[in-house]
Amino acid sequence: MPGLIERAFYSRGGQAVAGRLGLPEPPVLRRGRVLPGEPVVRASLAGSMLAADTLGLLGVVATSPLLDDGAELPTYPERIGAVVVDACGLREIGQLEGLRAVLRPAVRALAGSGRVVLLADAEVEGVEANAVRQALDGINRTVGKELRRGATANLVYVRPGTAAADLASTFSFLLEGRSAFVDGQSWTVGPAPAPLSAAPAAVRGSDSAPLAGRIVVVTGAARGIGAQIATVAARDGATVVGVDMPAAGEALAALANRLHGTALQLDITAADAGERIAAHVATRYGADARIHGIVHNAGITRDKLLANTDAQRWAQVLEVNLAAELRINPVLLDGRPGGLAEGGRIVGIASTSGIAGNRGQANYAASKAGVVGLVGAEAPELAGRGITVNAVAPGFIETDMTAKIPFVQREVFRRTNSLGQGGQPVDVAETIGYFLDPASAGVSGQVVRVCGQNLVGQ
Amino acid sequence: MPLPRSAVVVGGNRTPFAKAGGAYAAASNLDLLTAALDGLVARFGLAGRELDEVAAGAVLKHTRDFNLTREAVLSSALAPTTPAVDLQQACGTGLEAVVYIANKIALGQAEVGIGGGVDSASDAPIAVSEGLRRALLAANRAKTLPRRLQALAGIRPSHLAPVAPQVVEPRTGLSMGEHQARTGAAWGISRAAQDELAAASHHNLAAAWSSGFFDDLVTPYLGVARDTILRPDTSVEKLAALKPVFGDTMTAGNSTALTDGAAAVLLAEQGWAEANGLPALARVVDAQVAAVDHPGGDDLLLAPAHAVARLLARQGMALGDFELYELHEAFASTVLATLKAWESAEFCSTRLGLSTPLGPIDTDRLNITGSSLATGHPFAATGARIVATAAKLLHERGGGARGLVSVCAAGGQGVVAILEAV
Repeated sequence: MPGLIERAFYSRGGQAVAGRLGLPEPPVLRRGRVLPGEPVVRASLAGSMLAADTLGLLGVVATSPLLDDGAELPTYPERIGAVVVDACGLREIGQLEGLRAVLRPAVRALAGSGRVVLLADAEVEGVEANAVRQALDGINRTVGKELRRGATANLVYVRPGTAAADLASTFSFLLEGRSAFVDGQSWTVGPAPAPLSAAPAAVRGSDSAPLAGRIVVVTGAARGIGAQIATVAARDGATVVGVDMPAAGEALAALANRLHGTALQLDITAADAGERIAAHVATRYGADARIHGIVHNAGITRDKLLANTDAQRWAQVLEVNLAAELRINPVLLDGRPGGLAEGGRIVGIASTSGIAGNRGQANYAASKAGVVGLVGAEAPELAGRGITVNAVAPGFIETDMTAKIPFVQREVFRRTNSLGQGGQPVDVAETIGYFLDPASAGVSGQVVRVCGQNLVGQ
Repeated sequence: MPLPRSAVVVGGNRTPFAKAGGAYAAASNLDLLTAALDGLVARFGLAGRELDEVAAGAVLKHTRDFNLTREAVLSSALAPTTPAVDLQQACGTGLEAVVYIANKIALGQAEVGIGGGVDSASDAPIAVSEGLRRALLAANRAKTLPRRLQALAGIRPSHLAPVAPQVVEPRTGLSMGEHQARTGAAWGISRAAQDELAAASHHNLAAAWSSGFFDDLVTPYLGVARDTILRPDTSVEKLAALKPVFGDTMTAGNSTALTDGAAAVLLAEQGWAEANGLPALARVVDAQVAAVDHPGGDDLLLAPAHAVARLLARQGMALGDFELYELHEAFASTVLATLKAWESAEFCSTRLGLSTPLGPIDTDRLNITGSSLATGHPFAATGARIVATAAKLLHERGGGARGLVSVCAAGGQGVVAILEAV
């Protein structure tokens, strides 16, 4: 039930005042598996054809950019939906001018929920090349903050040997509405592991049902973000196994039935939680069945200032949010029936609180930063088996939990990002869907923030 | 006689059971049964699937619920083309529904089905008095207004008192508790023994809940996650302090409370279960019903003692051949009298026609995860609750382990069955 201030704020008069105060009504973001409706512009700054090939693979027809090359500033005749700039091969500071020349006219013409996608080399040699590599990150973050009307800017670094097929799922995600609340971020894509790169399934970056015939386990699935993760996985074709506390079983059962999946009532902190997940999969879907992806979404908060945090609050949060995942993963990875498939996916949930710290959340920040550490360590370990390990780091997401935050504080959280609004659970779910996509075999060890470029943290 | 095909228990689901007038006070039989079905569907991924048949029933039933089970199927996530049947055999309903589906599977008339039951003592139908009912029917038949008014004028103030359902045997006018008090006295069942059995039921059920045993047998409903009648901290001493309500020894503590709840069991032909990637916990080996002449003086709730004798004889088994015994605790006294009857040379000889008594059972194998005294007893749901629990327990013990399930019922009837772990 909204309070008096909240109702006044959202009244017609309140909104007029809010607009004058620089708090305009936030734009409605383009969401779902929807490409920009306007033309996509592509530029290559140093002759790389990687972006061109990737767009070609996705069937996206791109036009040439207008350049601000010294004469009169050129103007696009109509709005553009996205500008994709391939900066691979860029090594010198002087070459950055090419990026400015492309972006200046483009950002002026960018449509609502438009996209700036930058592509650059992850590994370069030499001092200047590394300076340039990092400079691109600064440009990306700044463009993200300057764009209006729900448009976003993101930067993809590619490791040597990355092919268009490896990049297709990332481009598809970034261009489509699925990445609506991912803004100002950069992450790295590499070549898919050798045994998988040849698989035809890997070249399906824009498949509408990439998870068809695959089992996805989602913990904490009964409500909120977890329910949305399960729903998006089912939309993408997955057979969903929803896991939640026995006490949440009623909502879990309703979700499982809606998605035509199965419900597993389980406390993930139980010593045998991993065994029970595998046994459920093996007894429901056959002894040969394997999990394609597990999303460790279950999480709790027990907020207190560190000065008031006792051992129990400390332990509970670390146990559910981090230790349980650390116990479950090895069990699912030991080759047992109902365990994780080779070439499978592990997805964790970090948080901007873990990355930036958050007053009153030392235990939570510990657990969520711990997830970031886990991803970094486990991804290389499992690379040889084609298993990817990634995490999303949600910022302010509109859920039942965040709805309990007092209005003024909540409105501040909502506004302190480049998109001027909170994210939706589906935004987190779509990013996880991108990790789960079999075509994302080259995306591992990454933590992608779903925060609308929240001001806090890196 | 070996059955042509094996019907196996795939698994079960129930709502937590709640004390009548409590958390489920506003829930109907239809709501509760639908919840039990939906939890089962979710556990085994049956959403949108057409099953061969769902059999269930309720003891306290509204006339509007003439097609209760079919309506529950339509409210559930099962395919709307799943047929259903309502069965009713008093407290034997749930077990009888399981047997009905198992028999169809064994005969090849079905591959997969659900047996279950539901009861809401809170949402029980209330009838109008016989005088009011007759007057209303006459008014309904009347063709003119004056005649209608004339019919309605026959209503007397005394007709307006509603008639609530009672757990009373129509032939004897005695309540079930009063009947059992007579049985208990005749068999010399002590207050202490009853209270010990009741305390054990609560402690066993509490331990099972704590260990997570019910994680895959129960789905929460309306915010209730555990059986609400359960008292983990009860004790023989606390139970001993209660005043008798039936006879000298039967109290609210060693008698079942009025309860709301629903339970369902998924059964399938063994090969079908395997082919569909579903587990098989236990085979339904055989079942038997029996009735006693309680108007003629027989013990109202000891019909299962007779049914078990016939079932064992047919199967060539002895009473000691079971890893587990699940004897429905209508009253602690009922279970204890049944055990005494099986041990009695006279009863086994004169009533069951046996040269030797069926003998004692190892009570460490009796109701090891609690029974109706602790869970409560939504009449028609109890049989399905017991079958799912027993099948899981037997499966944990390994292939071949056998369990005996026994449920007594109003009208001097009893339903019993044998399960064997797959």
